[in-house]
Amino acid sequence: MAYSDKVIDHYENPRNVGNFGTTADVKTRKDIGVGVVGAPECGDVMQLQIKVDPATGRIEDARFKTFGCGSAIASSSLATEWLKGKTIDEGLAIKNTDIVQELSLPPVKIHCSVLAEDAIRAAIGDYKAKNGIPASAPEHADAH
Amino acid sequence: MTLRLPVYMDHAATTPCDPRVVEAMLPYFTEKFGNAGSRNHKFGWEAEDAIDTAREQVASLLGCNEKEVVFTSGATESNNLAIKGAAEMYEKRPAGETGRGHIITCAIEHKAVLDPVKRLVKEGFDATFLQPPTDGVITAEMVRAALREDTILVTLMWANNEIGTINEVPQIARLCKDRGVIFHTDATQWVGKMPTDVEKDGIDLLSFSGHKIYGPKGVGALYVRRRNPRVRLVAQVDGGGQERGFRSGTHNITGIVGLGKAAEICRLEMDAEGARLSKMRKRMETALTHAIDVSQINGHAEKRLPHIANISFGFVEGEGLMMAVKNIACSSGSACTSASLEPSYVLKGLGVGDELAHSSLRLSMGRWTTDEQVDYAIAEITKAVHKLREMSPLYDMHKEGIDLSTVEWAHH
Repeated sequence: MAYSDKVIDHYENPRNVGNFGTTADVKTRKDIGVGVVGAPECGDVMQLQIKVDPATGRIEDARFKTFGCGSAIASSSLATEWLKGKTIDEGLAIKNTDIVQELSLPPVKIHCSVLAEDAIRAAIGDYKAKNGIPASAPEHADAH
Repeated sequence: MTLRLPVYMDHAATTPCDPRVVEAMLPYFTEKFGNAGSRNHKFGWEAEDAIDTAREQVASLLGCNEKEVVFTSGATESNNLAIKGAAEMYEKRPAGETGRGHIITCAIEHKAVLDPVKRLVKEGFDATFLQPPTDGVITAEMVRAALREDTILVTLMWANNEIGTINEVPQIARLCKDRGVIFHTDATQWVGKMPTDVEKDGIDLLSFSGHKIYGPKGVGALYVRRRNPRVRLVAQVDGGGQERGFRSGTHNITGIVGLGKAAEICRLEMDAEGARLSKMRKRMETALTHAIDVSQINGHAEKRLPHIANISFGFVEGEGLMMAVKNIACSSGSACTSASLEPSYVLKGLGVGDELAHSSLRLSMGRWTTDEQVDYAIAEITKAVHKLREMSPLYDMHKEGIDLSTVEWAHH
């Protein structure tokens, strides 16, 4: 299958690969939100971490690590780019369809974008839970 | 010499045509274009002679009589003819009834065997799909345990197309002979690579195709035993009665000439080629599994074809890995590389976990694979796996000592 140039660019030069500490570390840090979605036996696992400035409520940094195909890696790389500088509520407004459009993902790869949206929600949800912020009204990606 | 990219390491999918094969075929497109069915002129006789020669070349490769060779469009058609044709011929009850007869096959056969068997099940036959052990090798004992009073056909591949493992075909054929059960083998990956003697091994039906043995696509053959016992089949393609009625349709003369030539070259060069490829494959397996921790060879370590390596690299996904080694043409058992988005049923069938299927690469070498190409593949794959592990959350967890099987995954 031929990938779009944007997917190839994100795959070959992934933005913001990494994490803000070990699994145990980030669990205890209140300024970090962690989302891990997917499963190894399904062939993709995305780990997204956001670092939020408590004063402004803005996401000052984001990191990802992904086990998956080229589209999964590109979707998570793009998600970290988009999250930086956004407030957590603005982050929640990112939809999988935006990712599909930006990366020109073919239909068989839409699940990668859904996974990225899930990872964003999971990371922001984790941050909110750690900081006692009530979760927003439940919303689900429509491509499920 | 500079290496020409991309490097082709997918010979289990298909092989390039040997130039000697192309040369043999060429006259039959233009000058010698006759229909072998034209019995009354030179053009027809030329075609008939060419087919006779090809039949002898194939028969020498298989160790059979040339009258036992039926030309088809490829291994898929050969499998369909063998399986459906034998089931319909040896059925215990007529169409429309159940209990028409029992067939034994295996869960990790090629779809060109599984799907015909599944169709027969819908039409009133019973089937046992043997589950392979983790090394992938089907033994005579497993078949013995599955045989029933009403078993009419056993169909098992000689060597597996994904993992390259070799089943105990001669022993299974002998067992079937003792029990009076027809034995068919899909030998698509085996023929032309390994010595074949259907007479000595007591095989009743054997399928293979041209394009896996450096011949053209769109042509193959089915060996049909004529003596001890004489195997009969119900034809699946009706028409002009070519191929002694087993397979109607004007002969694919260019394809058949190519198949014959390819068979002859394989017969003469197989030993040297096999030894060379086996050495290459082992070198690649050893280098990759040493350079990369948590990697494993899929399928039996020794009972395998010389040219097919199948290796899983933990914590990286196969399609992502193939993208990283874009200058190596190979294949993966990863779900993302299949149209169905399901990981390889062959690797899943070994019971080694879906995760290993997702993380697997199949590298298959061939007639023109060089040591330089193997070196390149080893270096590129090692680099790519390390790069992707830097991006893999699973590798981090592994390094932190987290047992991935105990993690509660958010299933998608």
